[in-house]
Amino acid sequence: MASPPGAVMPPRRVGNGGPSAPPVILRRRRVTNSLWWGICGLGLAFLVAPVVWILSGVFQRGISGWRWNVLWTGPAGLGGGLANDILGTLLITFGVAVIAGIVGIGTGIYLSEFCRPSIFSTVLRSASEVLSGIPSIVFGYVGYLALVIGLHWGFSLLSALIVLSMLVVPYIAKSTELALNQVPLAYREGGEALGMVKSYMLRKVVLRSAVPGILTGLVVAIAISIGETAPLLYTAGTNGTGYPTGAFLHSAVPYLTYVAWADYDSPFPGQHALSHDAAMLLVVIVIGLILSSRLIVRATQRYSPNRALAAAEKGWRKRMPRADTKPEVDHLFGREPAPSDPDELRQ
Amino acid sequence: MGRPVTDGRAVSTGKEVAGTGRSSRPPLPPGPGSATDYPSGAARRRSSPFVEFALKWGSGLLAVVPFAAVITMLVVLLDEAMPSIRYNGWHFLSSSVWTNGDTYRTIVHSGGVAHLFGAEFGAWPLIAGTLESSAIAILVGLPIAVGAAVMVVEKLPAKIATVIGICLEILAGIPSVVIGIWGALTFGPWIAREIYPTLTHLPNIPPFDIFRGSVGDGEGLLTSGLVLAAMIIPIIAATTRDLLRQVPETTKEGAEALGMTDAETFRRVQARWVRTGVIGAAILGLGRALGETIAVALICGGQSVVASNIYGVFNTIAATIVTSLDSAQTDPSGLAVRALAELALVLLLISLVANIFARVIIRRSAKGAVLPVGAGF
Repeated sequence: MASPPGAVMPPRRVGNGGPSAPPVILRRRRVTNSLWWGICGLGLAFLVAPVVWILSGVFQRGISGWRWNVLWTGPAGLGGGLANDILGTLLITFGVAVIAGIVGIGTGIYLSEFCRPSIFSTVLRSASEVLSGIPSIVFGYVGYLALVIGLHWGFSLLSALIVLSMLVVPYIAKSTELALNQVPLAYREGGEALGMVKSYMLRKVVLRSAVPGILTGLVVAIAISIGETAPLLYTAGTNGTGYPTGAFLHSAVPYLTYVAWADYDSPFPGQHALSHDAAMLLVVIVIGLILSSRLIVRATQRYSPNRALAAAEKGWRKRMPRADTKPEVDHLFGREPAPSDPDELRQ
Repeated sequence: MGRPVTDGRAVSTGKEVAGTGRSSRPPLPPGPGSATDYPSGAARRRSSPFVEFALKWGSGLLAVVPFAAVITMLVVLLDEAMPSIRYNGWHFLSSSVWTNGDTYRTIVHSGGVAHLFGAEFGAWPLIAGTLESSAIAILVGLPIAVGAAVMVVEKLPAKIATVIGICLEILAGIPSVVIGIWGALTFGPWIAREIYPTLTHLPNIPPFDIFRGSVGDGEGLLTSGLVLAAMIIPIIAATTRDLLRQVPETTKEGAEALGMTDAETFRRVQARWVRTGVIGAAILGLGRALGETIAVALICGGQSVVASNIYGVFNTIAATIVTSLDSAQTDPSGLAVRALAELALVLLLISLVANIFARVIIRRSAKGAVLPVGAGF
């Protein structure tokens, strides 16, 4: 017997669920859930705490004895300044940026643009990954054995540059390759449609829109080469007092991390203070690099040829505040295949 | 009759249009992209086959450099370590004694290898210390990193998530010497004073009985493991966060519709999506912990012994290599330097195994969905 239209149906009880589920199970599940979020929150606290603690400690120790002339005076006795170490670190970093930049960007371009998928390309790519997994101290010791001792270069700028460059090349190569792979397919097709020669298109179209990714890789490489200690101890040597001579061979180079490492527990307050100053300088430089890499990405997103894509994504984000899933515009730019199933798109 | 005429006329006009188009093309309109941005005839000539050739083979030559570097490192280390390998044999991995021998006696030869009298090189305490400290780092770091990543993705507003992201980058970017100094001057003494004494009062049953014993002064295994955990958390947390963001919203909504709580959703939905990638990232972090040098050298206590309890002093392979070159150079036979090379070879092999394992796992997980993991930090 069918109920008349408009009649109010009594609420149905479905199994154990529904509004009248046994409260005991609900409470247990609710407690488990709260525990879960408690653990997650604790994890977040344990992640943020060391950052805050380390930074505050470094700045506290650094600022308490800070003198600006540390930046431009050389070492004198048990105190003085850090000018020679800053100069050495700049020299090493600049050299690494040049050498590793050329090698890494070249590697990335080759792997992304010229190399067809084959055993050869797999071997090259894996070699780069293997290189990024080797501990830095092994780099340092091999550099010591092969360059400092084997080739009789002594502790020198060149051996430090070669070893550190090999250390950071994988990062630059990887980010270059990723950046090139993310260049929208439409750009390449447009270039080809205009009759561009491949190398010309690479220079004028593809590389230009890959610049932010490549720059980010370079910044990471610079940050690593500024912060490394172990490989430098074995290649640049332990010159705590002299200025860098600028010669490539046979003269040890001073650098900031050595001062921080060697003098942190020195009994002499002057050296002590220098170590803390060096640590603070290192941290300031690293934070500056991180912020600048973010600025690079933001600025180039605004002004790059990718801005059409960025604008499309932005408009999409505005309409959908939770931008967890992929924007629908992707397939227009060749990044993703066009969605075939309309149900996959959350309208 | 008229058809061929019109055809001919059409063809001829077509030729005329093409001809005039080529000879008197109107100048390109001035705009943001000037005329030089177009591949005009001149530009195409500039990109001669030579440029193409140079670009291809030049970059190809550079792409071989990482491969050559890996091979060179292996060859150099093997070549340098060979006398030490022949002298020590498998004993190197099991013995606990590391001594250059008696410097005041003459160099003796055994099996074609020059060495000092009584020289013995056993790396077991170093290998054990390396593995133990890294294991602690993973056990502590993995839950923290995953929990924090879940929090960032699920609960925090975008701005705070950005700040946490910057925190991660800073933690990953702080030079290891600075972290080591923090561990040696601040963290180690504090935790030995405030936390470790409490840990020793945990009940004396299997999972907790490892915390018994004297706590020392903060330099030792547990402190090193905790500091290493702080150093590998950024790697794992960043990867987990990126993976969690790629879990399709619909699957989570499905779980929600079934009445699952957040914890159950994570266990049954999100964890299934990100599991493999997170394991891969954890092993990558393990690789970094195994090879970490300076920070551990500052807080390990510097004694090449197997740690007596979880707080005990110990040493790792990497820290030994960086701190004992001076003493190795006093060995006139040169075998001590070669033993360090063998040590470096062992470390290289351990971390290579960990890394290759991680990459294989990540690649397998990346086959289904495109997950950009393992891209470095």
